[in-house]
Amino acid sequence: MLEIRDLVVGYGEITALHGISLDIPRGRIVTLIGANGAGKSSTLRAISGLVKARSGSIVFEGENVTRLPAHKIVGRGLAQSPEGRMVFSNLTVLENLRMGAHLRRDKAGISADLDHVFALFPRLKERLQQAAGTLSGGEQQMLAIGRALMSRPKCLLLDEPSLGIAPLLVRSIFDRIVQINQELGLTILLVEQNANLALKISHSGYVLETGRVILEGEAAILRNDPGVRAAYLGEA
Amino acid sequence: MDWGNFAQQLVNGLSLGAIYALIALGYTMVYGVLRFINFAHGDVFMIGAFAGLYINRWLKPFFTGLPEALSTAVVLLLSMGACACLGVLIEKLAYKPLRNRSRLTVLITAIGVSLFLSYSAQLIFGAAPKGFPNLFNSTTHDLPGGASATTEQFVVLGVTVLLLAALRWIVLGTRMGLAMRALSNNPAAASLMGVNTDAVISFTFALGSALAAAAGIFFAMLYQAIDPFMGILPGIKAFVAAVLGGIGSLPGAALGGVLIGLIETLVVGYSQDIGIPSGYRDAVAFVLLILILLFKPAGLLGKSEREKV
Ligand SMILES: Nc1ncnc2c1ncn2[C@@H]1O[C@H](COP(=O)(O)OP(=O)(O)OP(=O)(O)O)[C@@H](O)[C@H]1O
Ligand SMILES: [Mg+2]
Repeated sequence: MLEIRDLVVGYGEITALHGISLDIPRGRIVTLIGANGAGKSSTLRAISGLVKARSGSIVFEGENVTRLPAHKIVGRGLAQSPEGRMVFSNLTVLENLRMGAHLRRDKAGISADLDHVFALFPRLKERLQQAAGTLSGGEQQMLAIGRALMSRPKCLLLDEPSLGIAPLLVRSIFDRIVQINQELGLTILLVEQNANLALKISHSGYVLETGRVILEGEAAILRNDPGVRAAYLGEA
Repeated sequence: MDWGNFAQQLVNGLSLGAIYALIALGYTMVYGVLRFINFAHGDVFMIGAFAGLYINRWLKPFFTGLPEALSTAVVLLLSMGACACLGVLIEKLAYKPLRNRSRLTVLITAIGVSLFLSYSAQLIFGAAPKGFPNLFNSTTHDLPGGASATTEQFVVLGVTVLLLAALRWIVLGTRMGLAMRALSNNPAAASLMGVNTDAVISFTFALGSALAAAAGIFFAMLYQAIDPFMGILPGIKAFVAAVLGGIGSLPGAALGGVLIGLIETLVVGYSQDIGIPSGYRDAVAFVLLILILLFKPAGLLGKSEREKV
């Protein structure tokens, strides 16, 4: 569904990605793990068009989207819940969700999807008129995911949904991610530092190190890989 | 205390304040989406007044038999439309190519655009002030409390209220307004939602410039003379108004404008009682600016950037 070939991304002098290739098959959860600065967020930013690829290609459902401007990507069915959540802090929860549906005109569909988001994250429904900036970190993460879902995407890009959130809540958010994948049939590219948890819910994964893919494969295999265990699962 | 005189000062101050408020809204909206002060905004105000003058002159033959309210509305709306286009053009030609440059670069460019507009206007319209015609029959209406107001003052205040209500509806009640607020809160997240940043920025310039045009015509209606440099002082005072209200805040800009208008008028009206010569009227705004920056840099209704994060 999403194929990335030899993607090179840089910022000024810095090269963040030295030509990575990823395959995200339809209906799967694929995880991208790696240490700080490995280039995970850069990958997602490039897919969403927030940074331009220096070279390489990003093909989504057969269409080359590498050079599309950011605001056109989401219309193709690729939505992102970005690192640090980036909710619109001075907008209400409801307005944030409406922004997720910015490109849609189907009123009935939008309100059906709102209900769907509330079913996934009932807490959001209790806080509809609250400014998003006053939500807790976990609630903001739910909002960021809900907002991305409001575009009715085919593929969801999630950047560190566990960042700065209490372990109990992380479990529940990961359960929701599985639910989104299974019930809505969404393809998911999940970026995580919490490799253990990410590999548990994913079908396959890639390990990124300083802008290069150093390992890839089925999630179960990666989880048992001694190198991965030592480097990312906190085992000696 | 002469309450009649005081009420009169309030009426005069409010109508001047309405004009500052309309200009200040443009500063604050552009600041919201681009985080820079469009110093050419005062010149759009000036062009709005000239647009009113010429549109009225050209259309005069077609106005015979029309009610004055209608012909005034036509002049106002066409001038607003013309300035909306001018604002979009300025942004596209002067600021957009600098989108990724430092804000100082854009700021200096804005000053350049301002000078360009003033001197172009001088070249085209001449340096001498031009009389602004009466768009409608004006009389003086007595108000309770011994004050009075001209028809122009009523029109300025009434139409300003209408424009503010329309603006409020656009910003709070429409999809474009929501996109504007989202963009000003987090541009990257807004483009992730599919917001076309360039379109929203153009819309913001159009909106702000249209309000400045209305302010220009109101100013011309009240003072009945216009010239190519008439935008400088009101432009600066409206900028102070936007800072006073809290730059980026729309209610703040409206409140700031009204306050500056009132304070300026009261200082002039009571100059002898408070011992400030009325010739210092234009200094009032600057003294206020210094006070705000010292004691409440975020402005009356503004949030400091730190609070926002
Ligand atoms: N805007 C930027 N300007 C310059 N360098 C950047 C920028 N964003 C990222 N980088 C650099 O690119 C590299 C990859 O960053 P990236 O954010 O993709 O890493 P990451 O894997 O998401 O890390 P983390 O786990 O900390 O989020 C890093 O070396 C980083 O310093
Ligand atoms: Mg990251």
